[in-house]
Amino acid sequence: MTARKRTLLRILLAPGAFWIVVFFLVPSALVFIYSVLGRQAGGGVVWSFTLEAYQRLFLTPPPVGAWFNDFVIIFLRSVWWAVITSAICLLIGYPLAFFIALQRPSIRNVYLFLVLIPFWTNFLVRTYAWKFILNNNGLLNSILTALELPRVSIINTPTAVLIGLVYGSLPFMVLPLYASIEKLDFNLIEAAQDLGANYLRVLTRVVLPVTMPGIVAGITLVFIPVTGQYIVPTILGGGRVAMLGNLLAQQFGPAGNWPFGSAIAVIFMILLMAGVVAYLRSEARREEASLS
Amino acid sequence: MRTVSSPPANRLLTAGKGLLWLNMIFCFLFLYAPIAVLVAFSFNDSRLAASWQGFTLRWYVEVFNSRSVISAFQNSLIVAFAATIIATILGTMTSLAMERFRFRLRRTYDGVLYLPIIIPDIVMAVSLLAFFSLTLGWMNSLLGLQGAQALRPGLATVVIAHVAFNISFVAIVVRTSLRELDPMLEEAAQDLGADEWTTFRKVTLPLIMPGILGGALLAFTLSLDDFVITFFTTGPGGTTLPIEVFGRIRRAISPEINAISTIMLMMSMILIIVSQIFQRRSGR
Repeated sequence: MTARKRTLLRILLAPGAFWIVVFFLVPSALVFIYSVLGRQAGGGVVWSFTLEAYQRLFLTPPPVGAWFNDFVIIFLRSVWWAVITSAICLLIGYPLAFFIALQRPSIRNVYLFLVLIPFWTNFLVRTYAWKFILNNNGLLNSILTALELPRVSIINTPTAVLIGLVYGSLPFMVLPLYASIEKLDFNLIEAAQDLGANYLRVLTRVVLPVTMPGIVAGITLVFIPVTGQYIVPTILGGGRVAMLGNLLAQQFGPAGNWPFGSAIAVIFMILLMAGVVAYLRSEARREEASLS
Repeated sequence: MRTVSSPPANRLLTAGKGLLWLNMIFCFLFLYAPIAVLVAFSFNDSRLAASWQGFTLRWYVEVFNSRSVISAFQNSLIVAFAATIIATILGTMTSLAMERFRFRLRRTYDGVLYLPIIIPDIVMAVSLLAFFSLTLGWMNSLLGLQGAQALRPGLATVVIAHVAFNISFVAIVVRTSLRELDPMLEEAAQDLGADEWTTFRKVTLPLIMPGILGGALLAFTLSLDDFVITFFTTGPGGTTLPIEVFGRIRRAISPEINAISTIMLMMSMILIIVSQIFQRRSGR
């Protein structure tokens, strides 16, 4: 590389790299440091090394009759709800993506546009729409009252939160699924049928394996943001069924325990990174297997 | 799928197609009914969500007369424009460096660029809160600023935070259009005697412009819609529209929120239409 080119590269790279290092990497590193410092009441830290935050997270005894303490339960709940949300989104998103892929190109674009619109509209507003419907004196209950049916109390329950999570995540599942189903060669299906495969076998042996990259991409795009959701559990769960986002916000906000909040963020990031690495490994292994 | 061998299989296929239709209708009802209800009830002449009492525009009048909503809207626009301009310039420069140069740590930096997209926004939000609190504290004691003079989080910290995640989004979009660019076009310009800078200005830049505008539009939308990161990096006087709406939602549901929400939906619609026009122009 000539000296001139090197200077040009530096000019192009430096401003963006500076911003990302100073305002993204350094703050992330700061959270690691804060997690082993002492607590200052009302927010902030005392600069002395301690493992109190991690001890509190892992060694707080569970309440009587429970297997895990409340903090660990929030971790498990966030992961479990992300699993359920991904599963429901896949279950209704896959047939939708398949349906869209079967349409004529002109109509296909209209459907895709309809899936894309929620992606561009404000998430807070879309979550509020469900609160408006599910609230105790909201639309659903006034319809039920008008029909002389018993009222339901869904708001501030796990059901309300799951509805909101699926609602917010569905487009993120459908778009990557569509991208991989669109590439599916329908001659493969015919070939499998000609060779005597029934519909179930065509689905499990041809369609699902070929579209697996889309399934994995969709699950990734749904799973990770859901584990860190703050808006949905706050608005539709009323903070009563807390997820990791609520716990983090509480520790950095009203509870004012920054080292504890930092320890939670650190464990969260480590789990996510472990998940991403495990996924990359399994992908590599599958590619090897498919080549040999 | 065209040739179906036997009648029972045919019936199964019809049933399958029917199920696909039903599922499609369910999905779109699920996606759009809540939005439709929200918009409809912003015109309802009743403070209670319970029932339809006739058409009115008075919630819109109240929203437009609300000082807090107007100032929040102004703040949102200031943040979105500032963050978009900075992130688009830095993101485009980054993508040129990544696509046109080979350098040490390139692969590592490639991974780092994806991190702000992968990391859940709440984690980025609390780490920026800790970071700004620490650095603003240092700057205040260094400059001897106290009381009302002291530096506090506000719109500036929000813009900084929004740029931090938007650089990555812009870079991804622009890199795609750089990769799709036919290298022959640039080579041809240079064979005809254009220097590097002229080639960039007259050939490369116009060709990747749809990508840059697409990236800018994405950044603008993400900035305008962001709640979580803004909530943790803003301060007194730095209320944006999503923060204002969130505060109102926590108090109670009200027809004014429906009116603000409808206005925000309209803004999103305009942005989508603009983005579609850009995509048509770029011929994709």
